[in-house]
Amino acid sequence: MKIGVCAKITPDADARIKVAADGQSIVLDGVKFGISDYDEYAIEEAIRTKEKHGGEIVSFTVGDASADKQLRSGALALGVDRSVLVTENPGDPLGIAKLLAAAIQKEGGFDVVFTGKSTIDQQNFQIGTMVAELLGWAHVTQVTALEFEGNQFKATRNMDAGIRQVVAGTLPAVISCEDGLNTVRYAKLPDIMKAKKKPLDSVGAGAIGGDAGAARSSVGNLAPPPARPAGRMIEGDAATAAKELVRLLRDEAKVL
Amino acid sequence: MDVYRPPLDDIRFNLEVFGYAERIESIERFADFDLETAMSLLEEYSKFCVDVLKPLNASGDTVGVRFDPADHSVTTPDGFKAAYAGFTENAFNTIPWNPEFGGMGAPFSLSTLASEVLIATNKSFSMCTGLTAGLIEALEAYGTDAQKEHYLHKLVSGEWAGTMCLTEPQCGTDLGLVSTTAVPSGDGFELTGTKIWITFGEHDLTENIVHLVLARLPDAPPGIKGISAFLVPKFLDDGSRNPIFCGGTDHKMGIHASPTCVMNLEGAKGWLVGEAHKGMRSMFVMMNAARLNVGIEGVALAEAAYQAALAFAKDRRQSRSLSPKKQDRTSDADNILVHPDVRRMLLNVKSTNEGLRGLVAWIAMSYDVMHHAADAAEREKAEDLVALLTPIIKSYGSERGFANVSESMQVMGGAGYTKDWPVEQYMRDVRIAMIYEGTNHIQALDLVGRKLPMHGGRLMRVFAGEVTALLRECADDPRMAEFTGPLKDESKRLNATTMEMGAAASADHEVIGAVASNYLNQFALVTLAYVWAKQAKAVLELDEADPKRRSKLQTARFFYQMVLPEAATYARKVAVGKACMTDADPDLF
Repeated sequence: MKIGVCAKITPDADARIKVAADGQSIVLDGVKFGISDYDEYAIEEAIRTKEKHGGEIVSFTVGDASADKQLRSGALALGVDRSVLVTENPGDPLGIAKLLAAAIQKEGGFDVVFTGKSTIDQQNFQIGTMVAELLGWAHVTQVTALEFEGNQFKATRNMDAGIRQVVAGTLPAVISCEDGLNTVRYAKLPDIMKAKKKPLDSVGAGAIGGDAGAARSSVGNLAPPPARPAGRMIEGDAATAAKELVRLLRDEAKVL
Repeated sequence: MDVYRPPLDDIRFNLEVFGYAERIESIERFADFDLETAMSLLEEYSKFCVDVLKPLNASGDTVGVRFDPADHSVTTPDGFKAAYAGFTENAFNTIPWNPEFGGMGAPFSLSTLASEVLIATNKSFSMCTGLTAGLIEALEAYGTDAQKEHYLHKLVSGEWAGTMCLTEPQCGTDLGLVSTTAVPSGDGFELTGTKIWITFGEHDLTENIVHLVLARLPDAPPGIKGISAFLVPKFLDDGSRNPIFCGGTDHKMGIHASPTCVMNLEGAKGWLVGEAHKGMRSMFVMMNAARLNVGIEGVALAEAAYQAALAFAKDRRQSRSLSPKKQDRTSDADNILVHPDVRRMLLNVKSTNEGLRGLVAWIAMSYDVMHHAADAAEREKAEDLVALLTPIIKSYGSERGFANVSESMQVMGGAGYTKDWPVEQYMRDVRIAMIYEGTNHIQALDLVGRKLPMHGGRLMRVFAGEVTALLRECADDPRMAEFTGPLKDESKRLNATTMEMGAAASADHEVIGAVASNYLNQFALVTLAYVWAKQAKAVLELDEADPKRRSKLQTARFFYQMVLPEAATYARKVAVGKACMTDADPDLF
């Protein structure tokens, strides 16, 4: 199978994020970057698919030229065969999706492309769906289990209230990956060394015949969540306090 | 509550400060391991340690190992076997070893700095790979080609584990008393005797265990010059069980998930490593690396304890600041970081520990230089520094490490003493570092009795040369004066102490036994002052607003004003000599 995977470089999940003075971006100094958590599931699924069905894995990233560091250690070292890095900075998700779709088309011949269900920085939940639409392929979101047989796929997706939906379809398809689909492996140290020599193409939009186009949406304002208010101590012995706690949860917080 | 995060930024900083690019990357065999690549390796390694090994630390402590006398087996706590399989599958144990035997061929300094994270997340676990590392080193140096071929592939891959069987009931520090015997038999020897305190002597992590056993041949001269080293595998090539059996595991204060075994050799088959009667040589090969690693144990657990104490302190409100301006009127009490004494404790730990980490980075890199640099003079200089400063890292690192874990607990008050936080475990786990791998006093004797006189005092001159070079580099920088002044004074004082001690000791050897431990601590503080001056000089290159620059300079300042003065006290204790100890009537004890 020819397998594609989309991977975005984002601040680490445990990075301390501060809003920049412009109120529209975040302070990048001193922030550690890595591949977005859900995209790590996509990479892992790509590798497992290759292990089972053979083939080749190509990753696609739209981002800064400095992303090669994270791509080598977070994608190529794990088992992605080569990476394409489109060094553009589109203003909205649609721009990113257009460039990814163009790069995937330019490369050509894919059976399946994996993406994360969203990225942990912007959380727009749009890329996979837009890429599928631009390519005109089948698409399933939030996948937690997946099988391939011939040119068919069967995907299980999580819905609200614990309901699971099983979707079958014909390849090529874009599969967006949810937590629980797999457990991400660690890179073997020798593979980190080998990854230094794997092909990583840094290209501009022109080289892939892509055009992000004008942004149709923009970030108006970023604000940190409000500071957590101080907790309230409930006085009295255990029995009284428990009663009061239940009353507060029911009448004030309205969570019971 | 466990908040530990690997201090990879500080590890990287120290690699840079002590010249990774110039000293290590420039060595041809390490050309692939540029700093970026090196950090990628350490990041992946650390991720595994935090995700997989750290969650097993407290449970391993609670459950401990299980010995079954019926079949002499030792079972490690739940999760250890899978964790070991994952650790070796990802080749985290192969960093410094020869590619010929399946190793990565990366700098020893990287595996050494990585081990800080391994120990901080699970000290018990680290003991298994640590002992195997010692055996690999000894075999690389003294094994025959056939032995290397036979054992090294599986020891490097981690399919087999190794041990060091030195101690016996009647012989601990004094290995000349070894009484285990080896008599010729077939193509090898048969060994009989009892070994104690054998770390990972028996366990269920690997399919085979290879023991390096010290024993005496029938024609051995008495004492330390009659000791030979033998390889004794648990299972022989034909799959049969070699009679080297675990007779029980010790119930210890800490490192409960690391089995400490009695090993009974009942005519076990073994093969000589190196020359007959020269077994101590094989031991000394791995001694520097092993002792360096024990010093790191202090650094590792002090770092983990410090992070816990800091997290606690940032959250805790208690009493009012004595400075009205710092009082927080929106609350009934102030955050305890307003109290100078809380800061004193935290900075005591931070300043000594970050200094020790720098010292470890410097000496670990010197270890690579000593083995692999192209230039012979450079190799010799590095070897001198490794020999001189390894006992200091082992002894001061473990002693200060224990004190630092205790100080961290003090910051946390009663909370630190409970099992709600990991600090009480760290304190139990780190205490052994002052004892094993040569007690700290043995380190002091090694420093004073062996390292100072070695090559006519050359080692000390090499160290002094490094200090002088730094002082010269900084002479025109007024920003460095607050560090270079005291560094110069304390170096002079150390020099004077060394001369006076040398004169007193040549007249009376017993003086060495009385003063060596205090001398080592004085030396350690001067060494850390040198390290802090190097770190301060490096951050002065950074932008004034850079948080790293501010943090390092303030910590350096604390070290120079609040810790370095201890050096003068140690010097005074050395100066008084032995009388107050040796004159005491035996009835006093």
